[in-house]
Amino acid sequence: MSGHSTYEPKSGFERWLDERLPILRWSADHMMSFPTPKNLNYWWTFGAILAMCLGVQIVTGIILAMHYVPHESLAFNSVERIMRDVNYGWLIRYLHANGASMFFIAVYIHMFRGLYYGSYKAPREVLWILGCIIFFLMIATAFMGYVLPWGQMSFHGAVVITNLIGSLPIIGKPVTTWLWGGFAVGGATLNRFFSLHYLLPFMIAGVVGLHIWALHVPGNNNPTGVNVKSKEDTVPFHPYYTVKDGFAMSVFLIMFAVFVFYFPNVLGHADNYVPANPLVTPAHIVPEWYLLPFYAILRAVPDKLIGVLLMFGAIAALFILPWLDTSRVRSMRYRPTAKLYFMIFVLACIVLGFCGAHPPDQQVINGFATFQLLDSDLNTWVWLSRIGTLYYFAFFFFILPLLGLTETPLPTPESISEPVLSNSANAPAGAAASPEKRG
Amino acid sequence: MLRKGIALAALGLAFLAAPALANTNALPPKEAHWSDSGPFGKFDQAQLQRGYKVYREVCSACHSMNLMYFRNLGQPGGPFYEEKYKNPNDNPYVKSIAKDYQVDDIDSETGDVVKRAATSADAFPAPFPNEAAARASNGGALPPDLSVIIKAREEGQEYVYSILTGFGAAPPAGLKIEAGKYYNPYFPGGVIGMTPPLAADKVTFDDGTKSTVDQQAKDVVAFLTWASDPKAQERKQFGLGAMIYLLIFSGLLYASYRRIWRNVAH
Ligand code: HEC
Ligand code: HEM
Repeated sequence: MSGHSTYEPKSGFERWLDERLPILRWSADHMMSFPTPKNLNYWWTFGAILAMCLGVQIVTGIILAMHYVPHESLAFNSVERIMRDVNYGWLIRYLHANGASMFFIAVYIHMFRGLYYGSYKAPREVLWILGCIIFFLMIATAFMGYVLPWGQMSFHGAVVITNLIGSLPIIGKPVTTWLWGGFAVGGATLNRFFSLHYLLPFMIAGVVGLHIWALHVPGNNNPTGVNVKSKEDTVPFHPYYTVKDGFAMSVFLIMFAVFVFYFPNVLGHADNYVPANPLVTPAHIVPEWYLLPFYAILRAVPDKLIGVLLMFGAIAALFILPWLDTSRVRSMRYRPTAKLYFMIFVLACIVLGFCGAHPPDQQVINGFATFQLLDSDLNTWVWLSRIGTLYYFAFFFFILPLLGLTETPLPTPESISEPVLSNSANAPAGAAASPEKRG
Repeated sequence: MLRKGIALAALGLAFLAAPALANTNALPPKEAHWSDSGPFGKFDQAQLQRGYKVYREVCSACHSMNLMYFRNLGQPGGPFYEEKYKNPNDNPYVKSIAKDYQVDDIDSETGDVVKRAATSADAFPAPFPNEAAARASNGGALPPDLSVIIKAREEGQEYVYSILTGFGAAPPAGLKIEAGKYYNPYFPGGVIGMTPPLAADKVTFDDGTKSTVDQQAKDVVAFLTWASDPKAQERKQFGLGAMIYLLIFSGLLYASYRRIWRNVAH
C-alpha cells in the first residue's frame, strides 16, 4: 500500500473540495499513483477485463430491460422484438448474451491465475474469498438470466436446477416452492428471476468494490510471489498499467466482437429459440458452457443429494483454499511439482466441461469396448466425470495440503527487481538460494 | 413368478426404448451452399423473393410466422426492399402484397368484428386460429411457427433443406408408417407428420428460374434464414467496421504501451 497520499491539489477548487470531500485525492491514490509491481504479466490484465465485462453487462442489461417483458407468454417474443424492431437491439442483445460467456472466460482465467501464483495466500485471503463470492453471484446471475428469454432450455434448465435444491433435506422443499413462487416453474418464477437478475449485478458491483479495497491494502501479488521490498519494485498504476490493461482489453474486445458479429449464436443452444413448452422436454438438457464442469460433478454420482453436495462443495473448496495449501512459497514458478499438478487440474476442469456436455451413458471413444465397472461401462462420460471429479477434490484436499509439506521448492528471488534485472525468472542469483528449502 | 414378471417388463421396456434410441439417429443434414454464409456473405434478393413466394403459396397453408409483419418484406435487406422507399410502409410492392389478405378488425362505430384488407403494418396472418385447430387439420401433428426456425435447429439451413428434399425414399424394414405420416430420414425418428410440401412446378417463379423441388427448397430456406435473423446482414457490415476500428485501436495502444514502458526493466 502506498502508505500516505501523494495527491497535490492543483487548483483552488481542488483544494476547496479536498478539505470537504477528498474524492479526487481518493481517486488519484487508488487509480493513478497506486504503486504496482512492475513485473505483472498479461495474466494480470484480466481484472480490468472483468470490470469491463461487468460494465458491458450492466449497460446492455439496463437497455434490454427497457424492452423486455417478464411474462410467460410475452417474454420469448419480446426478446425477438428487441432484435427485430429496436434500433441496434440485435447488437445490445447479442452483446449481453455473448458478454456473459466472455465474462466467464475472463473470470476462469483470472481464477486460474490466482491459483497458479498463490494470490490467495496471506495476506490476501479476504481478497480471494471476496472473489469467490463474486464468482458465486455470477453463476446465480447468469443462470437466472438464461431463464429470461423463456425458450426450451431456459424453462427446462430452470426445472432441473431448482429441482436440485429440492433434493436437500428439510429446507429443500420450502426453498424450491419459494423460488418458484408456486408449485412448478412458471410465470411467477420468471418474474422473480427477472427481479433478481436485475439486482444481483449491482450486488456484484458492490463486492467488486470490496475486492479492490482488499486488493489495495496489501497491494498486488506478482509472478514471483515475492513481496514488494522497495520503490524500485513498483511503477505507478497510471500510465503504466492503464495502458497495458487498455491494450489487453482492446484485444479481448476483438475476440468478443468476432462472436457478437459473426457467430452470435454458437455459444448458445438452438433449443432456446423454441418457445418454452412444459409438455415437451428437450432430448438433452444442458446448461450454458461455463457451468458444464459443475454439471458434470453433479451427475458423477448416482445419488442426487450427494451430487448436489459435491457440486456446491466444488465451489466451497475455493473458499477455504487459503487454508488448504500448506506451502509458504506463493508462486508455482518455484514449485515444479505443484506446477505439474496444477496443469493436470486445469486439464481436469476442461475434461469435466466436456463430460457435462454429453449424456452420461454415452461412449467417450466410439466403438471401443471395455468392461462394466459398478453401474456403468468404463468407456462412458460418467466414468470420465468421476475421474475428473476425484482429481478436482484430490487437488484441493490432498495434493495441495501434502505437497506443501513434502516438496522442495526452487529458490525464490530476493526481490522483484532481482530477476528483472538479471533478466531471468527461473535462475535467480545464488544468494537467495537458501532460505526457503522447505515450503 | 415375480421374477418372470420383472423379466417380461424389462423386455417390454427394451422394446419401447429401441425406437426411442432410433429417434436420435436421424441422418446428418445434407451439405449445401448458402450465399449469405461467411462474414461477407449476402442474400440474393431475387432468391429471397422466390423464397417468399414458396412460403406464401405453399408453407403458409400450415405454418404461421408470427413474428413477421408485411413491412418487414420491404425493410433494408428484405426481399422487396427498394432504395426509393426508405420507409417500407411506402413500398408499393409490400402494400399490394398485404392488400391481398383479409384481417380481423373492430368497427370503431359499432364495435363489431369486421374484416378489412391488411396493411403493411399488419402481421402475417396465421393459418389456424389455435393449436387445436392446427393439430386437427394435420393428423395430430403441430406445424411449428417458422419465424425463427433456422435459429431453432442445429445447422438450421442444412436441416430444413434436407427435410424438404428428404421425402420419397423407401422406409427401412420394420419402420411402420401410419396413414398421414411420411418417411423422412432427416427428421428425428424418421416419421414426420408433414405431407411432402414441394413438387416440381408447384410454384411458378416470376424470374423464369426453373422450379424444381431442390430450387424451391433452397429458395424457401434462404427466405427463412433471412426471416430468422433479418438484421444479420446489417450486423456483419457493422462488424466489419467494428473489427477495423478495434484492430487500429489495439495497434495504437500497443505502440503507446511499448513507448511508456521503454525505460522500465520488467
Ligand atoms: C399440409 C401442411 C404443411 C405444409 C404445406 C407444410 N408443412 Fe411443414 N410441417 C407440417 C406439420 C404438420 C409439421 C409437424 C411434423 C411433425 O412434428 O411430425 C411440419 C413440420 C415442419 C418443420 C419442422 C421439422 C422439425 O424439426 O420439427 C419444418 C422446418 C417445416 N415443416 C417446414 C416447412 C416448409 C418450409 C414448408 C413450405 C415449403 C412446409 N413446411 C409446408 C405441415 C405442413
Ligand atoms: C453480472 C452481470 C450479468 C450477467 C452475467 C448476465 C447474464 C445474462 C444471460 C446469460 C442472459 C441470457 C441471454 C440470452 O440467451 O438471451 C441474460 C439476459 C438478460 N439480462 Fe442479463 N446479465 C447480467 C447483468 C444484467 C443487468 C445488470 C441487467 C438489467 C439491468 C440485465 C438484464 C437482462 C435482460 C432484460 C435479459 C433478457 C433478454 C435476453 O435474454 O437477451 N442483465 N443475462
